[in-house]
Amino acid sequence: MALDSKIPEGSISDKWTNYKDHINLVNPANKRNLDVIIVGTGLAGGSAAATLAELGYNVKAFCFQDSPRRAHSIAAQGGINAAKNYQGDGDSTFRLFYDTVKGGDYRAREANVHRLAEVSGNIIDQCVAQGVPLAREYGGLLDNRSFGGTLVSRTFYAKGQTGQQLLLGAYSAMNRQIGRGKIKMHNRHEMLDLVIVNGKARGIIARNLVTGEIERHSAHAVVIASGGYGNVFFLSTNAMGSNATAAWKIHKKGAFFANPCYTQIHPTCIPVSGDHQSKLTLMSESLRNDGRIWVPAKLEDAKAIREGKKKPTDLSEAERDYYLERRYPAFGNLVPRDIASRAAKERCDAGFGVNKTGEAVYLDFAAAIQRYGVDQARIKHLDEKDTALVIKLGTEVVANKYGNLFQMYEKIVDENPYSTPMMIYPAVHYTMGGTWVDYNLQTTIPGCFSIGESNFSDHGANRLGASALMQGLADGYFVLPYTIGDYLSPDIKMGAISTDLPEFVAAEKAVKDQIERFMNNKGTHSVDYFHKKLGKIMWDKVGMARNAKGLNEAIVEIAALREEFYKEVKVPGDANGFNQELEKATRVADFLELGELFAKDALHRNESCGGHFREEYQTEEGEAQRDDENFAYVAAWEYTGKPSEAVLHKEPLVFDNVKLVQRSYK
Amino acid sequence: MKLTLKIWRQKNAAAEGKIVEYPIDHIEPDMSFLEMLDILNDELIMKGDEPVAFDHDCREGICGMCSLYINGEAHGPDRGVTTCQLHMRMFKDGDTIFIEPFRAKAFPVIKDLVVDRSSFDRIQHAGGFISVNTSGNTIDANTIPVNKKDADDAFDAAACIGCGACVATCKNSSAMLFVAAKVSQYALLPQGRIEATDRVLNMVSQMDAEGFGNCTNTGACEVECPKGISLENIARMNREYMSASLKG
Repeated sequence: MALDSKIPEGSISDKWTNYKDHINLVNPANKRNLDVIIVGTGLAGGSAAATLAELGYNVKAFCFQDSPRRAHSIAAQGGINAAKNYQGDGDSTFRLFYDTVKGGDYRAREANVHRLAEVSGNIIDQCVAQGVPLAREYGGLLDNRSFGGTLVSRTFYAKGQTGQQLLLGAYSAMNRQIGRGKIKMHNRHEMLDLVIVNGKARGIIARNLVTGEIERHSAHAVVIASGGYGNVFFLSTNAMGSNATAAWKIHKKGAFFANPCYTQIHPTCIPVSGDHQSKLTLMSESLRNDGRIWVPAKLEDAKAIREGKKKPTDLSEAERDYYLERRYPAFGNLVPRDIASRAAKERCDAGFGVNKTGEAVYLDFAAAIQRYGVDQARIKHLDEKDTALVIKLGTEVVANKYGNLFQMYEKIVDENPYSTPMMIYPAVHYTMGGTWVDYNLQTTIPGCFSIGESNFSDHGANRLGASALMQGLADGYFVLPYTIGDYLSPDIKMGAISTDLPEFVAAEKAVKDQIERFMNNKGTHSVDYFHKKLGKIMWDKVGMARNAKGLNEAIVEIAALREEFYKEVKVPGDANGFNQELEKATRVADFLELGELFAKDALHRNESCGGHFREEYQTEEGEAQRDDENFAYVAAWEYTGKPSEAVLHKEPLVFDNVKLVQRSYK
Repeated sequence: MKLTLKIWRQKNAAAEGKIVEYPIDHIEPDMSFLEMLDILNDELIMKGDEPVAFDHDCREGICGMCSLYINGEAHGPDRGVTTCQLHMRMFKDGDTIFIEPFRAKAFPVIKDLVVDRSSFDRIQHAGGFISVNTSGNTIDANTIPVNKKDADDAFDAAACIGCGACVATCKNSSAMLFVAAKVSQYALLPQGRIEATDRVLNMVSQMDAEGFGNCTNTGACEVECPKGISLENIARMNREYMSASLKG
């Protein structure tokens, strides 16, 4: 099957407008006769559900949490980008488009990214109209801050809780429609399979996580908005329940999976403290606006700090190595995430790590506190030479900007980050890869769409900070509502789809069989045992830096682990009721397949780009070495029965508006 | 650390529950409370027992899913944290820890420590929104300036994570702090003023229908709230409610 990305004709800035002018529309009376299933209620799923219901479609929404408000978009901290140019610092739609393509190391589809930049401003208008309390200046207008990989301030924010506030905005729009009966909300439900009738997605099989009942739900189209697959690493900044099951099930039913190896390792997370650790906590990238990253310049100082003989505040400026500022003078601490992460790993591997495990670097706010303190003293006509006063005033400014993040850090690490530098280390955070979609956000299964983090489309090989929220809401509020209408327009006279069709019966049976197999398996290890093992293979061999030898080993080890899992996993309790171990088992079963495809993809891509760093392919200075001649394509994998036998399809990436160069942030 | 856990076990909503005692050893101060429960559950699974069901998801204090009542306090002994942010360094070797679900008539138990908080969602369906379509054809965001103090206060109210600690800790099982936070967020913003009258009446009416109790101003909710939502919001909601009632 040849991949058709369905990119509209015309110049880059006219494509979306032309597209909207020529698609088929569904009239309001007919929308009432069309059902749409949406799986996942984060920024993408929640905004899509609200918008489609407002347009008049009957929406059936599903989430595994107890309320749509708890989807993991809620944990996004730093902000959302939009090309508003409110700061008058030279921003524009083109510049946001350009930054995103460049930040993604030239592995994203131009047309999708430009559309994203075009609608970005609308998102802010929409959210403000909904009552989202974005940060403001004293004049009453919206405030902005800057984020990694850009030279303008285009990031809108709500303290360190931007994701929460935007999600609650989408949730409020959903609530309005739930109250009117236009959205039927299914909380505590997990999609366990897709139902295809006559080649089109027409429904899902879901498990009611409270009663254990296996349910059939039909619709004229199915939208997957289930987020990313970072939990394949076990330890990540994802929520414990975040999973790839919905995305993986559609893959097994015919949706190609694109670029699984593009994973973002976020540079500013709280370091691992021990074996008991269940998840990792992110500290927003916005902290890099004001925090300076460093390690000791001398190995003996790093050693003394690790052994508790010295404190970071004992080291003078000359004894510190602000390695990002040293290596990348133009962008300094605000280089893109992939570059900041690898630079931290490089220093720690060289022996400069600063905590017990040797895997941590400092993020220091002392300079910012001093700078803000002096600034405030001048504004308030106080004595700027009074050190204690300056620190007090500066601390207030920093607390106002990042208070909740500092509090979170203190609760976890038990140290006060206002007086001693934070310790950070990279952790798995976001997955740029995902279901392959065309310009319509439709997968290779007709009628099955994929939006938000679960698709692959906009971020290439590396996502810039504050762009995930932008993409989730763009897809849900402003893109899918057009493209899905065009798809549904021939179905207006079809009527409701019966769940008694043999395709529903067969899909339900397969789901029940899998559950029964787990329940009857009298194994010897818990699900977590296998998940942790998988995570260790992934982190050690498919993590921040990869090589062919390690990847080949990982492929063999993951396949063997999967076999052992099915033999030895132990799932206690009852399938007919609330059973969290069973939920985990069905999710980890899918991670065990996805992990193998992930490694296979990383092995085939003989270049380094963005979040995919192959040790064999680097410049003399240790930067990622792309191979545009051979790898400027999207790798879309077709499932044929086993992850090892997946078939590669290539979508060539054509760059008409951006010149491919080696990314430079120096 | 060696601890004795006394945990509420209840098979399902219909079954009767009881406290069951579990000894646990080798707990480190750096572990989170939920990681301690992970260890207990792994031991229970290996012994062939059913693990303790408890709600949790983000484990960084923002999703509002975790909901344990620990030694008689919602989210345990620490302040300004959710259960997932509570660390074992708050306890001592040899301690006995009681772990119960959030209890309220409007939060029925689903299993063990897991409760059904969909009553909170239904209150939001009744008016927790601004009736603006998501068409994107709204006015430019900066044409609605908002006084910074109002914007900051609206944000502080909007920081509510909907965990239900306020209800669990209240002797009346009142949801006033939760409802007041949403009413206040919108009441403080010009965008929200337009529907303020109907919103407060509808949300309060749904709150009462769900079986939450009344507020007697003890302030316990504010103390236990992991996000520091202020009692001032309740006062504001009462004012809004009064003026809305007079408008009729």
